[in-house]
Amino acid sequence: MREHTVLRVVTKVLIAPIILFALYVQFHGDYSPGGGFQAGVVFAAAIILYALIFGLAEARRAVSPNLLRITGALGALIFAGTGVYAMLRGGNFLDYDYLAHDAVHGQHYGLLLVEFGVGLTVVSVITSIFYVFAGRGRRNDDEQPPGDAR
Amino acid sequence: MSLASIADNFFGLFNYWVVILLMMIGFYTVISHDNLVKKLIGLNLFQTAVFVFYISMGKISGSTAPILMSGKGSEDVLYAHPLPHVLILTAIVVGVSTTALGLALVVRINEAYGSIEEDDVLEADFETQEEETEEEAERMARAEARQERESAQQDHDDGREEEDDDRETRS
Amino acid sequence: MIEAFFAQMPALVIVLPLLAAPICVLLHRGGPSWFVYLLTTWACFALAFLLFVQVKIGGPISYAMGGWAPPFGIELRLDALNTVVLLLVTGIAAISSVYAKASVAAEIASERAYLFYAALLLCFCGLAGITVTGDAFNLFVFLEISSLSSYALIAMGSKRRALLSAFQYLIMGTIGGTFLLIGIGFLYMMTGSLNMADIASRLPAVADTRTVEAGLAFIVVGTSLKFALFPVHVWLPNAYTYAPSSVSAFIAATATKVAVYALMRFLFTVFGAAYAFDQLPLGEVLLVLSVAAMLSGSMAAIFQTDVKRLLAWSSIAQIGYIVMGFALASSAGVSASVVHMVNHGLIKGALFMAVGAMFWRLRTISLNDIAGLGRQMPITSAAFVVAGLSLIGVPATGGFISKWVLLEAVMEPGHYWLAAAILVSSLMALIYIGRVVEALYFRERPEGQPPVGEAPVLMLTATWTLVLANIVLGLYATPLIGAAERAARAVLGAGS
Repeated sequence: MREHTVLRVVTKVLIAPIILFALYVQFHGDYSPGGGFQAGVVFAAAIILYALIFGLAEARRAVSPNLLRITGALGALIFAGTGVYAMLRGGNFLDYDYLAHDAVHGQHYGLLLVEFGVGLTVVSVITSIFYVFAGRGRRNDDEQPPGDAR
Repeated sequence: MSLASIADNFFGLFNYWVVILLMMIGFYTVISHDNLVKKLIGLNLFQTAVFVFYISMGKISGSTAPILMSGKGSEDVLYAHPLPHVLILTAIVVGVSTTALGLALVVRINEAYGSIEEDDVLEADFETQEEETEEEAERMARAEARQERESAQQDHDDGREEEDDDRETRS
Repeated sequence: MIEAFFAQMPALVIVLPLLAAPICVLLHRGGPSWFVYLLTTWACFALAFLLFVQVKIGGPISYAMGGWAPPFGIELRLDALNTVVLLLVTGIAAISSVYAKASVAAEIASERAYLFYAALLLCFCGLAGITVTGDAFNLFVFLEISSLSSYALIAMGSKRRALLSAFQYLIMGTIGGTFLLIGIGFLYMMTGSLNMADIASRLPAVADTRTVEAGLAFIVVGTSLKFALFPVHVWLPNAYTYAPSSVSAFIAATATKVAVYALMRFLFTVFGAAYAFDQLPLGEVLLVLSVAAMLSGSMAAIFQTDVKRLLAWSSIAQIGYIVMGFALASSAGVSASVVHMVNHGLIKGALFMAVGAMFWRLRTISLNDIAGLGRQMPITSAAFVVAGLSLIGVPATGGFISKWVLLEAVMEPGHYWLAAAILVSSLMALIYIGRVVEALYFRERPEGQPPVGEAPVLMLTATWTLVLANIVLGLYATPLIGAAERAARAVLGAGS
């Protein structure tokens, strides 16, 4: 779809607002509907849109699968790590009250950190799933003779 | 039971009717279809019915979305119960993972068998099983014939080579 | 500091594998990931042991996740029943982690081994989570975590048939999980609570409604799908047969037991034995199904030529024994269930490990191919024989103890036909184990097959550890029976 000028231009214009909206949903999630999962999916949608228009190879160069593997694992670690840090400060697992000098700040930090971890993992996992599925189909097409339509 | 009370029962509980209908459509699709992707679609419908069930459970008539209001009159606002929403968010994530994993399996099955119809796949399995047993029998027969001619030592070597070949063709 | 650590132990059992799984993904190598897996499972085993002792001395432990007090937040609750199950799960995981290295190196592509260990850790995390949680919805989430990772693990089997069996398991497992979700939804509708103890205290007021009865039905069917009770068992033989050896050993020994535990927890703690078994005829239904499972599973096992499939069918039969125990709803019955859960976990773990070791050498595991292996792999074959004897229920093995207590529990209310079913099923076990033993020792190696050596030391060590545990529990059964009786008292006391 690289030849379509309209699509290319619109995509370029759209991707930045999509990512911005994802970040808004992510970090404003404490006060309004939103949170890590929703933000992650919106963010991943931006990457997938890029891949659809500019091709999988381009997208893989922009956001490499290896990076996604690392961020995906890191997100989960941030989530669990926040909980363990609360444990080390003397609270129970994921007890945000213990994260800061007072409970209100602690709840804020905790929510922010945990949601950030969730968001990071969701972006990585959703994009990875897309990469894997898209990559599989392509390789199969190459292997098959051109006449073999399915 | 009067007509009015029947109608009341029906419309008063219409969310449950929707849930039951969706669930049965999904369940029937899972059971009746051979196509693995259609099975997954049915499974998704089935799960979605349960999501709708939970969400409708949390609704209080006249209530608004459970987002804390501020300002004048915010004390009297009636909110929908937020807990079922949160639970279902979790269940949706589970559903998404299940679908992704299921589709990944379907892709691999398609690569391995060249079909996503359950019958074709089972048939292919059945054939390979027969082939394997035939091969096995042939190998045995050959080994026996050879043993009559040759010494035991050489036999062992041949057996190992053939086994390696088998493994390559299989993988 | 030490006290703070003790207070955190219930959460650590879940948190450690949850932390270790992403670490494995970050490590990106099979070897270090295996080491992480090994360390995590052994650490959890140690924690489980400490928890077991703590509960034995000090009574039930309650842990509030995130500091939210129980009826509102997620509660982890440990009592005499789930510490035993937790000890079994972590113990099998720890021993199978020793076993896994060589087996995974042979069966899984090395560039994917780290993902394999990450999935194993998640599966372990889910199983441990089901065991310790005191929250109904949380139980569903952990059940799905463990199920999802086990679908992926089974699909990693070396034959292409593994894919379809994993897919079928996925369909059945998801339907089961969704049924459980519906059941929990019904309970939540009627009681407004998700905490198991809280639901239990609110249920009597609404127990006579159709909604609660439907909820019970959905929960029973949902969990039954997960542990493959007789009419809904069709996914199990294929899944266990085509899974990688270390996965079969781990899942066969733990996953079904944990699902049975989940059902016991719902029936006894949430609904209460009086409601489920006296007011509703659930006991009779489960007894009939368990007998059908025992007889049909054993009968099918006799006619299998693939040893792994034979063991899988035998698992279906053994699930029948476990269900029969608690379906009696008596103290003796429940403790017989717990005893057999532990013993069967150890037996099936050992059998699948021994078979996995043979598979490691031969790359095939049909009865014809393993013929005459008794002389070439004497240590592995001996492990299979001893564990097999335990499965049959020969005295001085763990299997004998569990059959004995189960028979006692069955005779107590005078169910002689159940006792007869147990004996018939045991005789059938003698036949199918006998077929394997006959192939191992009394047949010649097939012509043209090269001689094979023993399996690696680590595999043998793991297998024999389980076998020895079996013998120890057979000769010195008092601690296990004591623990099972405490468990029975704990759940029945809470229910009535």
